[in-house]
Amino acid sequence: MSPEIEELYQDVILDHSRRPRNFGELPDAAVLVHGDNPACGDEIHLAVKFDADGGLEDIKFSGRGCAISQASASLMTMKLKGKSRAEVMEMLRAFHDLVTADTSDAPKTLGDLRVMQGVRKFPQRVKCAMLAWRAVQQAFEQGSGEAMVSTEPV
Amino acid sequence: MDDADASHRLRGTSAWQAAKRLQFCGRRGDRHYSVNASHALRIDWRAAERGADCVVHKAVASQVDWNALREDFPILRQQVRGYELIYFDSAASSQKPRAVVEALRNFYEHDNANVHRGLHTLSGRATEAYEHARQRVAEYIGAANPDEIIFTRGTTESINLVAQAWGGKFIREGDVILLTVMEHHSNLVPWQLLAERKGARLRFLPVRDDGTLDVDQLSSLLTPEVKIFAFTHISNSLGTINPVAKLCAKARAVGALTLVDAAQSIGHTRLDVQTLGCDFLAFSGHKMCGPTGIGVLYGRAELLDSIPPWHGGGEMIVSVTLEKSTFKKPPHRFEGGTPNIAGAIGLAAAIDYIESIGRPAIFEHDSQLAHYAADRLTELPGTRVFGPKEERGALVGFVMDAAHPHDLTTFADQYGLAMRGGHHCNQPLMRHFGVSGTTRASFYFYNTMEEIDRMVEILHAALRFFS
Repeated sequence: MSPEIEELYQDVILDHSRRPRNFGELPDAAVLVHGDNPACGDEIHLAVKFDADGGLEDIKFSGRGCAISQASASLMTMKLKGKSRAEVMEMLRAFHDLVTADTSDAPKTLGDLRVMQGVRKFPQRVKCAMLAWRAVQQAFEQGSGEAMVSTEPV
Repeated sequence: MDDADASHRLRGTSAWQAAKRLQFCGRRGDRHYSVNASHALRIDWRAAERGADCVVHKAVASQVDWNALREDFPILRQQVRGYELIYFDSAASSQKPRAVVEALRNFYEHDNANVHRGLHTLSGRATEAYEHARQRVAEYIGAANPDEIIFTRGTTESINLVAQAWGGKFIREGDVILLTVMEHHSNLVPWQLLAERKGARLRFLPVRDDGTLDVDQLSSLLTPEVKIFAFTHISNSLGTINPVAKLCAKARAVGALTLVDAAQSIGHTRLDVQTLGCDFLAFSGHKMCGPTGIGVLYGRAELLDSIPPWHGGGEMIVSVTLEKSTFKKPPHRFEGGTPNIAGAIGLAAAIDYIESIGRPAIFEHDSQLAHYAADRLTELPGTRVFGPKEERGALVGFVMDAAHPHDLTTFADQYGLAMRGGHHCNQPLMRHFGVSGTTRASFYFYNTMEEIDRMVEILHAALRFFS
């Protein structure tokens, strides 16, 4: 087994892709974002509920796709639940760096999300890893209702 | 391979004698000799006579030395991520033999100039080579004459030419364009654009669960409003081989024209446009050992005559005033601007190469690989193989419960195995089968049974890894 593939598909990632956490509906969600990765056919439906201060009170997702997209969404929901808007945005930036930048050391604040670092060696898979994050970003921008987000510019 | 029958180690003039006796391709060291009577002059027989060793392959599948042909593809001799490359993505783009690369190089090093306008020697040579390529294409697909061959950038551009230039003139509001559910986006989107522009309607011949077209529905779909029926010869994700001649005859019976997307068949099987009875045929060079950026639209002469110009510019005009122009006859009417001269020459070299092996032998070999792969894949638990059991083109699409196509192709790539995962520009077809995508292994004559065995081993490893 090559080290790259071991790093890309760490046990944590495989575990989350097989048994995604926070998977399902969120009936009283404020925003529902449909995320689509047309190149791969990955899809994610992200439901978000905000607290009184605009922080992320609850988050769930459903959908289907590759192990990377599903595990990334699962790990993300665990990490972001209870975070303030500013913290979420900071995390988004740090995660993007984690899966794209060559040099940066992964910030400790990312915690478990650091297992996604292997993606940086597979540039074609960055979109898979970022799909859920694009959706959560859209959820904050939108604030309420439904939205679509795609990894391809339309 | 039977030495006595098909393979001869030849010295000197015996090579020439053998060439006359056999249909074969010969090699000497790095050089590949495409040999048959029509282009024997292209061979450096003097080199052969200086004591060349030529291994001669008779063009029958069981007697072709397929492994020796691999030597014509230097790209195949490499390691990817520490493993021998297995290239199973020829349906996306085939590899190029040295003969094609050499033809491009030879043109650029010796004959390069623009065509049809210079009065100097190089332009003359370039024009001759370019028009010779047109002739070779016409022969290759059985066109009645070379003026029926239009060079384009590829299948997509060929289909767009018909949809925009022919459709622009002849399609009216309420007309019907008949397609099938298995079309590649390149034989769908151009018609969607046309239908929207003209207020025409699209209609689709369904696909059965076994991956074949539901031809029983053809009579109810082929009504007199159908002006054109455009369909693929071989499905790029199912491998289905469609009954082209039969479909063309049925369309003709209601006065509809036919366009055949031959992208997946052109390098694998013999086809003759006059026997098939199609009105248009589109294909790309790069899926049949040729360069990228060159393709062909065949159209019946009287049809092409009736179609107005498409891209305006140089090369396609007779005379131009500030207000108005008159246009050349086909095919030049449709080749505005400097064409892909080297591409056409490379395509002709690809045709020579393929014909030196023989398409019947290639078809037999490729379909043996595809059937073997389909059989072996069914051994893998939780694996669904798409497409017909009988009569399969040179590819197999499948999904595994254990892993998404993208995870699978990423995993396989770690072992040097190049496959394609995704929707294969077949989103409606994928939806029809209830999947977001498949993994596709596609083959060509340079692939081997051993490579398929290796693929199955790698997929077993993937199963263990992802389950």
